[in-house]
Amino acid sequence: MSFLFLYLILPAIKGIVILSIILFLVAYATFIERRVLAFMQARLGPNLAGPEGILQPIADGVKLLFKEDLVPSRAQRFLHLLAPVLILVPALVIFGLVPFGEAGNLFGLLKEPITLYITDVNVALLLVIGFASLGVYGLILGGWSSNSKYSFIGALRSAAQVVSYEVPQVISLASVLILSGSLSLVKIVQAQKEMGLWFIFPGFIAFFIYIVCGIAETNRLPFDLPEAESELVAGYHTEYSGMKFAFFFMGEYANMIVVSSVATVVFLGGWLPPFPSLSIWQHLPDLPLVWFFGKVLAFLFLYIWLRATFPRYRFDQLMDLAWKWLLPLSILNLVIIGLVKWGIK
Amino acid sequence: MLEIRELELNMGPQHPATHGVLRLILKVDGERIIDAKPVIGYLHRGTEKLFENQTYPMNVPHTDRLDYIAAATNNHAYCGAVEKLLGVEVPRKAKFIRVILDELQRISSHLVWLATHALDIGAMTPFFYTFRERELILDLFEEYCGARLTLNCMTIGGVPEDLPEGWIEKLQNFIQIFEEKIWDYENLLTDNRIWKKRTIGVGVISPEDAINYGLTGPPLRGSGIKYDVRRALPYEVYPELDFEIPIGKNGDTYDRYLVRMEEMRQSIRILKQCIEKMPKEGEIQAKGLKFIKPKPAEVYFSVEAPKGELGFHIISDGSPKPYRVRVRPPSFINLQALPHMVKGHLIADVVAVIGTLDIVLGEIDR
Amino acid sequence: MSEKKGQPEYQSALENSFVLKLKEKFKEEILDAKTYSSELTIWISKEILIPVCKDLWEDGFIYLVDIMGIHYPQREKKFELSYILHNFKNNERLRLKVEVKEGEPVPSLTEIWKGANWLEREIFDMFGVQFSNHPNLERILMWEGFQGHPLRKDFPLKGIDTGAAIYPDVYPEGVKPPKGGENA
Repeated sequence: MSFLFLYLILPAIKGIVILSIILFLVAYATFIERRVLAFMQARLGPNLAGPEGILQPIADGVKLLFKEDLVPSRAQRFLHLLAPVLILVPALVIFGLVPFGEAGNLFGLLKEPITLYITDVNVALLLVIGFASLGVYGLILGGWSSNSKYSFIGALRSAAQVVSYEVPQVISLASVLILSGSLSLVKIVQAQKEMGLWFIFPGFIAFFIYIVCGIAETNRLPFDLPEAESELVAGYHTEYSGMKFAFFFMGEYANMIVVSSVATVVFLGGWLPPFPSLSIWQHLPDLPLVWFFGKVLAFLFLYIWLRATFPRYRFDQLMDLAWKWLLPLSILNLVIIGLVKWGIK
Repeated sequence: MLEIRELELNMGPQHPATHGVLRLILKVDGERIIDAKPVIGYLHRGTEKLFENQTYPMNVPHTDRLDYIAAATNNHAYCGAVEKLLGVEVPRKAKFIRVILDELQRISSHLVWLATHALDIGAMTPFFYTFRERELILDLFEEYCGARLTLNCMTIGGVPEDLPEGWIEKLQNFIQIFEEKIWDYENLLTDNRIWKKRTIGVGVISPEDAINYGLTGPPLRGSGIKYDVRRALPYEVYPELDFEIPIGKNGDTYDRYLVRMEEMRQSIRILKQCIEKMPKEGEIQAKGLKFIKPKPAEVYFSVEAPKGELGFHIISDGSPKPYRVRVRPPSFINLQALPHMVKGHLIADVVAVIGTLDIVLGEIDR
Repeated sequence: MSEKKGQPEYQSALENSFVLKLKEKFKEEILDAKTYSSELTIWISKEILIPVCKDLWEDGFIYLVDIMGIHYPQREKKFELSYILHNFKNNERLRLKVEVKEGEPVPSLTEIWKGANWLEREIFDMFGVQFSNHPNLERILMWEGFQGHPLRKDFPLKGIDTGAAIYPDVYPEGVKPPKGGENA
């Protein structure tokens, strides 16, 4: 019983629960974005479906689900179908690795505390990076298989963009590895607890680079060139409609949540409160999930805020930024962090 | 050897950034533009042909449909041309009302330009801010003449209505609001690094080329030529008014942006002076224009429309209908410089340049 | 109201110093000059259009405002082109007028003003006036393959049946889609 329970049933239950939470969050991230953006832009946003428009994501989902599934006549049918799946699934898989908390009894719901993550893999960070970069295949296949010039240019742009921004992103994450000495996401958080300091403080430059690259990888403003509406109509998903479009859409938001979650775990101490070594936290209730999702939501807000503020970069400027500024900066940061660590030892 | 050929990208006529039904055939090498060919005519309605078959006053509403973003200046140019043909002097109060409507129209047109231009470059928020203020202008128009977009707010020889009671107060209220809100747009864009990167050095046109292509309006002034019909060939009460003609230096998209922003401020200045100087009482319509039947003659009259010099070229033949009416549409002539301005730039710059030229297809295709 | 007092009269401008200067150079190729409502109009023959424009360009008329085509079906020279030039130095304007017969080409001004390109194309499109040495003389507002020139006086206001099928053949038996401008 215990083996079966521990390694099969419990992870399955956790997986289903987390998947539903994430999908719920994805759906409501769109809603939050529309309302917050509307607030920033002096308009109302969707407020008619349900009280304050709370049912809007469901209405959208139902609408997209019932739409006709159109495939351009000269498209590669199979790849056209595969691309949206390739974008959404890797993003969801990553949540199998993200720790939401160390151990907890879910606000007293359970008698015995359980770990608030599905698995703790030794090489979790590598896996996260790997799965995150799988998403680019979805973009390229989507753009290429639709057999449209706009989609194609969008796909080329996104391929170049994602590949370029991965380099400084991974290097910036490497500086965290120096600090924590482990690739396991749980151990990284624990290292922050031991240090009594979130890694954002020693690794602020790395954090900044990670966020910039994360925004670029999720194709959000100011880096949303692959789907630049005014130039490429909708970029790689120009020819998609109905549920397949919804998959792209959900993929984008799921990726945003992935980037936010990883940043939360790696730089902002995951489920830890600020300065976890302070004695004041021992007198307050331990709320790992609240801390975790609070930070993720703060990141989502940052995304929206940026979208409301900035114009879009041009393609060459985007590449300049990645290769001429972020890459040298991240390498420099890596060297500095290494020296600091060596000095401490 | 593999065969190398350029990608031909058909942009429009149904495209989010071509401001209507402009079609561009782009030859691109990767993202770089080798050649651009505008294809126009999708909105051609034969307005000039219609003009020839209607009497002079009947044509005024048709001019609304040319540059539908700025109907008042179209009315003004047409009515001014007929008045010049007839040698009619417009009453002083009507002149002031016309100038007020023109300048309000200029602000509203520039607001639409700013909204779409910023949206094309990716800044979404200015769109909603500018349309919020444009709404106030449209409300003012609505109260004056009943229409919001296709105004038909001028008649040959004057204006159809006196200003309604309390309208001036509402205008003053708008001026007060707008002077404050214009900083909202500037804060978002003027010093924004990305905005500067996207606009400085993009779509440069030298003053010589600008004149050679016949550009007028902000695209010409952005290149540093101080030419504004309001000053060069003054009409109505503009000589009495104190305002400046902003000019740029480099002739790029950013300079044209600054020029238009400054023009809005100058329009506010003009509006303030008009409120002050406008006579309280007076005629608004010249006498003796019940039946217009001019002797054979040919005139050209132009006004400074928001997009540039808008001219009407009228030939009369002694009948109540004009023999020929030609519109000199600023957008049509400005658009001609587009291939020159985008050559060698990237696809993303095409939309920036289309935005900065501020074209309206209703006027281009007529 | 045609006999209204206010309407200005055409006045001869042959004694205008500016016209005299041109006349000295081009002799009787300068056909006439008049002012109306302080607008100077000079009639010239089309042979000297390019040299006159080049001369005027040297004089400071560096900006071509507009070109208008006019159709006079009764005249022998059926088409008239009206060029407006602007001088930035003293904000002076001038109108040149050229008359052409049907089928006669007019020299294109694109070698002096690039902006003349589309203006001339539009006149070609609307009136069928040919321009020699034009780099790209094709229709601009009407579509390629359109028959006729809409702004000619003999072109029906209703339009012509271009043969383009706007409606697909989905009409029931015996019902035809409405034909545009058949007998106009």
